[in-house]
Amino acid sequence: MSAVLFFIAAIGAISGAIGVVMMRNPFYSVLALAFHLVSLAALFLLLRAEFVAAAQVVVYAGAVMVLYVFVVAYVGGGEQLASGAVLRILGPLFALALAIELCIAMLGAGLKGVNSRGAPFVLGFGTPKHIGNLFLTKYLFPFELASILLLVAAIGAVVLARRRRGLEPDEQAAYRVEAPRPAYTGTMAEAAGLRPAGGEEPLKPEVEPVGTTTGDATQQQGDW
Amino acid sequence: MNIGWYLAVSAIIFCIGAGGVLTRRNPLVVLLCLELMLNGANLALVAFARMWGSEDGQIFALIVMVLAACEVTVGLGLVVAIYRRRLPIDVDELNELQG
Repeated sequence: MSAVLFFIAAIGAISGAIGVVMMRNPFYSVLALAFHLVSLAALFLLLRAEFVAAAQVVVYAGAVMVLYVFVVAYVGGGEQLASGAVLRILGPLFALALAIELCIAMLGAGLKGVNSRGAPFVLGFGTPKHIGNLFLTKYLFPFELASILLLVAAIGAVVLARRRRGLEPDEQAAYRVEAPRPAYTGTMAEAAGLRPAGGEEPLKPEVEPVGTTTGDATQQQGDW
Repeated sequence: MNIGWYLAVSAIIFCIGAGGVLTRRNPLVVLLCLELMLNGANLALVAFARMWGSEDGQIFALIVMVLAACEVTVGLGLVVAIYRRRLPIDVDELNELQG
């Protein structure tokens, strides 16, 4: 049973990874990565890492993927697949060489544990209780460092992605306040007839002030 | 299943990610491929934790997840900044720091 589940999850993970690399549209790449992450969470469960699997689904497939989807929707656009002809051929060759090298290293390592099914299972292995215990005792320093790193990354992202030159021109026009001028409050030049008076008809503000004419009507209507 | 199978899958995922980083031009997809490489490493870490019967490898995997989240945040911030400046979203054309 576990072998069947392993092969299903492994094929899912690898096909998801291939999809990430091969898809032309970045949006489909993100979706393929989400599929890959869920398959990987199944592999983690088979390795008895419950908490890591749950964190994988919640943090990665949940939060990080949403961030990706938002940025892809904001930036958008499909891209051409490869750069120059050299990297297009050399890249997969390099990846293949790396895969062969890693397989040779693992097969030739002679580690006894690699060819076994792992250590005997202890009850409670990989539960949040054990992980939290380790995080707050043996690995307290990495834990605190990770929280500081998250804070730094959040501030850094805000600083990087913020607007630098104030508002865009049309947005500035929308924010400019055009104050209405009541009648008979003109300038001296207008009083002397040198300039046409601008205060005859007060300019109506674009936004109706709350609580004047229409506001009262709705208040009476909805006052129950 | 032997632990070796899991290590083989993690090696394959890592290599697919490395190939993607080399061949793709869109920085968004390059970031996704970096995620693939980190996930391959994560799978190996969790597999070794299972092999030894201790949870230290899982702690390591969780820290790697935090690192990946930070990297994604900063990377996506950079992509948004590139887009705001109307620069081409293409890692081959953004080569000012290449010297």
